[in-house]
Amino acid sequence: MPMKIDAKLGLDVFKLDKEPHIVIDNDVCKAVCTDEACLYVCPADLYERDDQGRMTVNWEGCLECGTCLICCDAKALTWTYPRGQFGVQYRMS
Amino acid sequence: MEQVECIVVGGGLAGLSAAYGLASAGAEVMVLERGDYSGAKNVTGGRLYVKPIRRFYPELWDEAPYERPVARELVTMMAGGAHTTVEIASDRFTAGQPQSYTVLRARLDQWLAEKVGEKGAMVVPNMKVDELLRKDGKVTGIRAGEDEIGAQVVIVAEGVLRLLSSKAGLTSEPQARHHAIGYKEVIELPAGVIEDRWRLNPGEGAAHLFMGDCTKGMMGGAFLYTNKESISLGMVVGMDDMRRRRDGSESWQLLDEFKELPQIKPLVAGGTVAEYSAHSIPEGGISQVPKLAGDGYVVAGDTAGLSLNALVTVRGMDFAIASGYFAAQAVLKAKEAGDFSAAGLASYEASLRDSFVLRDLETARSIPNVMENPRLFTHYPQAIGRLLESVYTIDDQPQAGIVKKAWRGVRRDFMSVATVKDAWSMRKI
Repeated sequence: MPMKIDAKLGLDVFKLDKEPHIVIDNDVCKAVCTDEACLYVCPADLYERDDQGRMTVNWEGCLECGTCLICCDAKALTWTYPRGQFGVQYRMS
Repeated sequence: MEQVECIVVGGGLAGLSAAYGLASAGAEVMVLERGDYSGAKNVTGGRLYVKPIRRFYPELWDEAPYERPVARELVTMMAGGAHTTVEIASDRFTAGQPQSYTVLRARLDQWLAEKVGEKGAMVVPNMKVDELLRKDGKVTGIRAGEDEIGAQVVIVAEGVLRLLSSKAGLTSEPQARHHAIGYKEVIELPAGVIEDRWRLNPGEGAAHLFMGDCTKGMMGGAFLYTNKESISLGMVVGMDDMRRRRDGSESWQLLDEFKELPQIKPLVAGGTVAEYSAHSIPEGGISQVPKLAGDGYVVAGDTAGLSLNALVTVRGMDFAIASGYFAAQAVLKAKEAGDFSAAGLASYEASLRDSFVLRDLETARSIPNVMENPRLFTHYPQAIGRLLESVYTIDDQPQAGIVKKAWRGVRRDFMSVATVKDAWSMRKI
């Protein structure tokens, strides 16, 4: 059985900020997006639709690779690195 | 506003290399790193080719915290359940000073940051830069939160995403077509197991790349590097291909599926996953290298798009270190002349053009286009597997001669109009 992605992320050290460093503008998603790339490009599988069909991101587990940002043609993401002292802290990689 | 001579944005290999050169020559330099320490936000596959950079800072490279010198190179073509591997273990890879080592960034970058500190530079961790300050077109410093720091020159080594430099108009925003996503697991295994499994002498390492089925026809492949007591196992996939996914799979699933293959399972058996990481990789080649210097700034490393995936050799860290070195030399020259304008910093691009960095990228100019050919990741691994499998197969029928079997495969898979076209397109790589 492959290890679950959540379990893999559980191995990493994350220092959580109070505020998200990724914000999705769902109006833009609705108006412009055609391919929902974020749902399947994210290597941490952080994007999902909620009950109301709104795109959400579990930014707490973000590996800060930026793939979602680069692949979002709709430009629906406000994406910054987490503030200093926060976010993933790789111990080896 | 506080004022320093040189600010380096980003304490990765490019930024630290620049800071080391500057501080060694007595320049005042401050490195701003957003992680808890250098390497905390960095990811490599990875292997560092040390040969190209030995002449820069020769005192450093014999004591760097490497994992293993790469003594054995393997590349596997996967298709239809058949894995064909080409392998070379050459004396020349490790004789004297080995040409390359496997590395882990958290160790390598922290060590280099210490060395930079010893030279008198200030490396500030936990400091995220929010903006490059500009005045009349000249970069004049940085803003981090409420704080502004002025500098005569800013070395922009912020990494592949170019969040700051593109906002300041120094570079373009990264595009999916020119980038790949890389992600990996670090899997712990005892040193003896690694040496037995990859048939290595004590302390030596292997680098193993895979292409074909593992990316389901998408540009990219899998990689495996042996560290001291772990392996780095991961995937690289072109973002544009991933975005136009062909079969509905999600990026992170590719590695799980790869690990479950009967040919791969024994390589990772008994291992314990210790960390999972991901990073974007610039793969646009020389056509995507931005303007390298302007009034008050230079760009280095991934920010400058300095990386080269040539299928069996994958480089970036050596380019980062080299670009940092040349950035430092150019800044020192500018300092001497008292001219930090684009003209004063122009020697940076000139020396990169004279060096292996832009020369190798120039030589590889057509590779990014060639890599967009899906047949590279579907037809050819399949054809090679089919050909060799037929040669090695004995069933209950009278067998054709070995040459006849091989020739049949060559005619079927390598002598079509498409393959001739492919060969033509690859003539320059």
